[in-house]
Amino acid sequence: MTTQRKAVALISGGLDSMLAAKIILNQGIHVEGVNIFTGFCVAGHTHAIRARDRNKSMRNHALWVADQLGIKLHIIDVIEEYKQVLLNPKHGYGANLNPCLDCKGFMVRKAREWMDQHRFDFIITGEVVGQRPKSQLKHKLPIIARESEAFDRLLRPLSAQVLEPTLPERAGWVDREKLGRITGRSRKAQMAMADRFGFSGYSQPAGGCCFLTDSNYSAKLRDLWRMRGERRYEFDDIMLLKVGRHLRPRPNFKLIVARDAGENRFLHGFSKRFTHLYTDSHPGPLALIDGHASRDELELAARITARFGQGRAASQVRVKVTQRDGHQQVLSVTPLSQDQIPKEWYV
Amino acid sequence: MTGFTLDARNLICPLPVVRTQEKVEQLDSGDELEVFCTDPAALHDIPAWCRIHGHQVVETSERRGDIVVRLRVHKLD
Repeated sequence: MTTQRKAVALISGGLDSMLAAKIILNQGIHVEGVNIFTGFCVAGHTHAIRARDRNKSMRNHALWVADQLGIKLHIIDVIEEYKQVLLNPKHGYGANLNPCLDCKGFMVRKAREWMDQHRFDFIITGEVVGQRPKSQLKHKLPIIARESEAFDRLLRPLSAQVLEPTLPERAGWVDREKLGRITGRSRKAQMAMADRFGFSGYSQPAGGCCFLTDSNYSAKLRDLWRMRGERRYEFDDIMLLKVGRHLRPRPNFKLIVARDAGENRFLHGFSKRFTHLYTDSHPGPLALIDGHASRDELELAARITARFGQGRAASQVRVKVTQRDGHQQVLSVTPLSQDQIPKEWYV
Repeated sequence: MTGFTLDARNLICPLPVVRTQEKVEQLDSGDELEVFCTDPAALHDIPAWCRIHGHQVVETSERRGDIVVRLRVHKLD
């Protein structure tokens, strides 16, 4: 009797990892997926916050992929552990604060640990030789295999035929001839393969599925570190960077201003931890103050908050300010005009 | 059958699923779990997670502004 071989697939929610898993499933291998949650995943959750995005799919892409493939998916929460990857990347950052090579090595390591714990035989990823400049160049792929300690149990089914044979191929667990030989940045081969497998409705996010590849998000994170005087973050910090307009009118405080009703609701969940403002006389946004604002600066914060509410053209708007200790006051202010808000205030 | 509850309010996707996954690991077949969420994405994600792991969604409802997913645990081993 032959042994049923088992593979753990890193499932990001994108097309490539979906195809990689399907190729191996088609060879009769038992496949289960792991999805690594760093806190920076774009996923569907920003859609859940913004009211304007409510009509977009709110599904979690990795769960959707697993559901389509008919495999189990285990989501691994690495929020705390991931801090070391982001704060001290051995191989540096990409164009923004994306530590792609360290990140990939870390994720494969987590998959390797899962494989060891569950007595699976090998790991598969959707990596394609030459697709991404930082982490998928041919000479960088061995770094991931080595640093994750997955070594030759790491199989990249989409590009396997242009890489050295791995243990699953050499041992005959999978047929190398039925694996892919895709290279480069073009997506044509993957899309043709998706058609052959009958996949539709899959996610192809521009710029990948990580907020750290986004220049605006990275600028906000750098601002957070600069103003705190140290490079550290908590989970709530990185969630708040995804939401609202961020304005820093003074070095000692930043305003996070909701852009719609969905963000108002989301920020409301943080309101007990921050001094916060909302317009009392007109419909308008909730704004949180991150940092410390003096009495005069509170008035400035109120004028900015009023600027983004429906009373922006009124001569006076009442803004209710609630301190962290619960103390409340109402300020009557003139909303700032658009040209009174310098571009440099936007983080 | 024993009934359990899980508070996943003010968490956004995929954390309600992660917490559900952790809780279900401690439960036995036949146990029921009610998960309370505020993220509407949970209405898609928790049933999808249940489907791929073989658990049964008994009911989804809304109570006092919370989304509630009631599931029954099925374990093969």
